[in-house]
Amino acid sequence: MGSRSERAQPVTLSNGVAELVRDGDSVALEGFTHLIPFAAGHEVVRQGRRDLELIRMTPDLLYDQLIGMGCARRLVFSYGGNPGVGSLHRFRDAVENGWPHAIEVEEHSHAGMANRYTAGASDLPFAVMRGYRGNDLVGRTRVATVTCPFTGEELAAVPALRPDVAIVHAQEADKRGNVQLWGIPGVQKEAVLAARRSLVTVERIVDELELRPGGVVIPGWVIDAVAEAPGGSQPSYSHGLTERNNDFYRRWDEISREREGFRAWMEEHVVGRVAAG
Amino acid sequence: MNADAGEVMTIVAARHLRDAKVCFIGVGRPSTAAILAREVHNPDLVLVYESGTIGAKPFRIPLSIGDGELAQTADAVVSVPEMFNYWVQPGRLDVAFLGAAQIDRFGNLNSTVIGDYDHPKVRLPGGGGAPEIAAACGEVVVIAPHSPRTFVERLDFVTSVGFGDGPGARERLGFRGRGPTTIITDLGVLEPDPETKELTLTQLHEGVEADRVREATGWPLAVAAEPRRTEPPSDRELGALRELTSR
Repeated sequence: MGSRSERAQPVTLSNGVAELVRDGDSVALEGFTHLIPFAAGHEVVRQGRRDLELIRMTPDLLYDQLIGMGCARRLVFSYGGNPGVGSLHRFRDAVENGWPHAIEVEEHSHAGMANRYTAGASDLPFAVMRGYRGNDLVGRTRVATVTCPFTGEELAAVPALRPDVAIVHAQEADKRGNVQLWGIPGVQKEAVLAARRSLVTVERIVDELELRPGGVVIPGWVIDAVAEAPGGSQPSYSHGLTERNNDFYRRWDEISREREGFRAWMEEHVVGRVAAG
Repeated sequence: MNADAGEVMTIVAARHLRDAKVCFIGVGRPSTAAILAREVHNPDLVLVYESGTIGAKPFRIPLSIGDGELAQTADAVVSVPEMFNYWVQPGRLDVAFLGAAQIDRFGNLNSTVIGDYDHPKVRLPGGGGAPEIAAACGEVVVIAPHSPRTFVERLDFVTSVGFGDGPGARERLGFRGRGPTTIITDLGVLEPDPETKELTLTQLHEGVEADRVREATGWPLAVAAEPRRTEPPSDRELGALRELTSR
């Protein structure tokens, strides 16, 4: 594959999204409960992107919002609930009632999705794992069986995930676009390395990365663009810098329950606001 | 002190963790039960949350599996691929809690849809970590309210396999974990029959008789000859639970 350019290009969030995310793209905005790139996702809504194949292990509030605003043609996921609170009402409305329009769904397990990203990052066509046996997802999603050439064990093969675009959020980047994230790492590194193009939004730009225990560094030369977006993971959080807004996650249940209330909230808080940075 | 039905379920679940080494949890009641178990029964119990936090020691009950305190207090924080490939799949986790909207007589679980998959009446969150956890972890414990809506004759969708269609199914599927060993409800406890693998009522909470549990179950429920009676929550257990919930 090779490196894409010498270093990650510094961009404003709105320019980064405008240049990297196109209608019809497959887009992974990853962050497993932590570092969810809300600011970037909101910019996707603001710019009116359509027909996207949205990929995220846990759609969370962010994809609930994008689905409800009609950005999605398709959803690839493994768990579509509001963690600890209940349903994602917009996700349910799309699947149950086709509002605002019907979406295709490709469903997996967490283990499957994690391995799909790993295969993508490894530039392999599939990943092998033990799973997808005996349950009803087997006939309804993209999975195959392979036999181990050494032991004869039958295993599951899941196709690699190669999104057109990955967008993740991190605590910091240095001026050369090297990124460091810490706390719960999720599948962010895998998503960036599996994708054809990537945008990383960060809380802050620093002169030098101060490497910290458990920190994950993604070198700038595998990232296409870096945008400063302080608070860019809210209502999720950036470990050490911002706190998860559990209260908002609870309130989302009510905000998103009805279509009109949801739209009004999105108009006021997302569409009507300008991207920071 | 009088415990409500929810508190009884949590306390019974915590007791189940008395001798466990490593417990895999999501959020809700299992998380509370595991944290309570650490405080009252088993301080060395290792909590593993699906988000990748191994050995988390939260002071407060987390709302989500990704709450900051879990990462802050963990012995190790690992990526999702690592969690599922190195820790879940090889069966390193003794006990896992799973939730479900529907449970059948063989402990198979549905958390995917009510109704038809392509045009569901209710689109539930989906499997998440559950399918592989149900296959690989040492044992699975489920906490669920006991009603005919939950305990159904036939699942609308099999998300996670318990004992499949009966004896031998897990072995045929190559599952290494023992499967569901304990279903804790607000009425009592169900355990699989060693031979038939059918969930059987083996324990009744205080004030509950077998007929009430039969009525709350959507299939003809097997009942043990002499079901145990749940030991009522001690002052220590209930006090610790209420204090924990108030933090």
